[in-house]
Amino acid sequence: MLTSILLSAGLALMGAGIGAGIVAIGAGLGIGRIGGQAMESIARQPEAAGKVQTAMLIIAALIEVVSLFAVVVCLLIALNAGGLTF
Amino acid sequence: MTRKFLVLSLLLSAFLLNFSVATFAAGAETEEGKEDPTGFIMHHIKDSHEWHFFNIGHTHITLPLPVITYASDRGLEFYKSSDFQNPDTHKFGKEYAHNGIYIDDHEHLGRVDGGSILDFSLTKNVAMMLIVIALVLYMALSAAGHYKKHGAVAPKGAASLVEPIVIFVRDEIAHKAIGPKYMKFVPYLLTLFFFIWIGNLLGLLPGAANLTGNIAVTFTLAMLTFIIVNVNGNKDYWKHVFATPGVPVALLPIIVVVEFIGLFTKPFALMVRLFVAITAGHIVILAFISLVFIFESYAIGVVSTLMVTFINMIELLVATIQAYVFTLFTAMYIGGAVAEHHHDDDHH
Repeated sequence: MLTSILLSAGLALMGAGIGAGIVAIGAGLGIGRIGGQAMESIARQPEAAGKVQTAMLIIAALIEVVSLFAVVVCLLIALNAGGLTF
Repeated sequence: MTRKFLVLSLLLSAFLLNFSVATFAAGAETEEGKEDPTGFIMHHIKDSHEWHFFNIGHTHITLPLPVITYASDRGLEFYKSSDFQNPDTHKFGKEYAHNGIYIDDHEHLGRVDGGSILDFSLTKNVAMMLIVIALVLYMALSAAGHYKKHGAVAPKGAASLVEPIVIFVRDEIAHKAIGPKYMKFVPYLLTLFFFIWIGNLLGLLPGAANLTGNIAVTFTLAMLTFIIVNVNGNKDYWKHVFATPGVPVALLPIIVVVEFIGLFTKPFALMVRLFVAITAGHIVILAFISLVFIFESYAIGVVSTLMVTFINMIELLVATIQAYVFTLFTAMYIGGAVAEHHHDDDHH
């Protein structure tokens, strides 16, 4: 029984870790796309650079927050389920 | 020449001061003297009945805050939080009960005889909120006083800080999102923006409380938005929720349920967005500081402090962006509620 508790706690920690990694991939993809499109549009029209940059920062903050939702879930799992291994 | 020297010396001292931030982390040591990063991070994120600044050696520099309790058979009682603590380690616990009341190690108030008791204490976050309110009031009142004294002239002093922000919120956020009836909502949007912005910024200072990263605070702000949006909803708005035009009758039950849930998910997203953005920023900064104490190496110390400085600068940006986003989305929801639609037959 002890090993099954340790196993499920270990699996929970592993899930939290892998989840956080996948979240980082998602955030990177999203913000990378925004950055790429912003670079292209600045290259096409340099006089719009200020507006494009402002819009890019705001959208990047919104996408980053979505990834942080998932990070909070992973943290909750790690702190609650993973605490059993201590 | 002297100005350049002054600026450079200010920058150098700001840079060097960052190395001293690591000393604030010393308060997290457990009894064995080993670092407990989870406890350290949680202690800085969570609300508390006392305001712990830092430790000098084994002396805790804390400010005991008022504990206000109410029970129907005992009435309103006032204590200070140091009554409920171990005087040396400043830990709360059930065993340090005072006058039949205790605060346990999860900082929950309870009665020794198990009766019900309500906790109205001035906790760290409430004290921080009062400081933020005082600062916002000072900014607003001194700007208003300047205009009262000098009329509609170019502002100087506090008014010159406040005016561009007020005009930005009024024109770019309120007028663009709400339309013709925007002036009614500008006071609320301004209050929201300044409260969230100043709360976010002050929370980044060492020793400050994590105010806007507390989900109860963001819940209250989101609930205010929910109330304002729904109280000001006009007939078109409610028709869109309960009798969405252009939907085939067979689908209407599902659409009504979805729209009704949508009434709640929008403020919910506001609440979680602000909470998560600010709390995650604080956790990252604290995690980098804990790294120094886990590795106990000078090289890690220098690199970690540089990372902390860099992330702190990003968090300043995030503080402003999150305040802007909360205010903008609130304005958009209000705009949706008060919008006057001129329907044609093929609307939607």
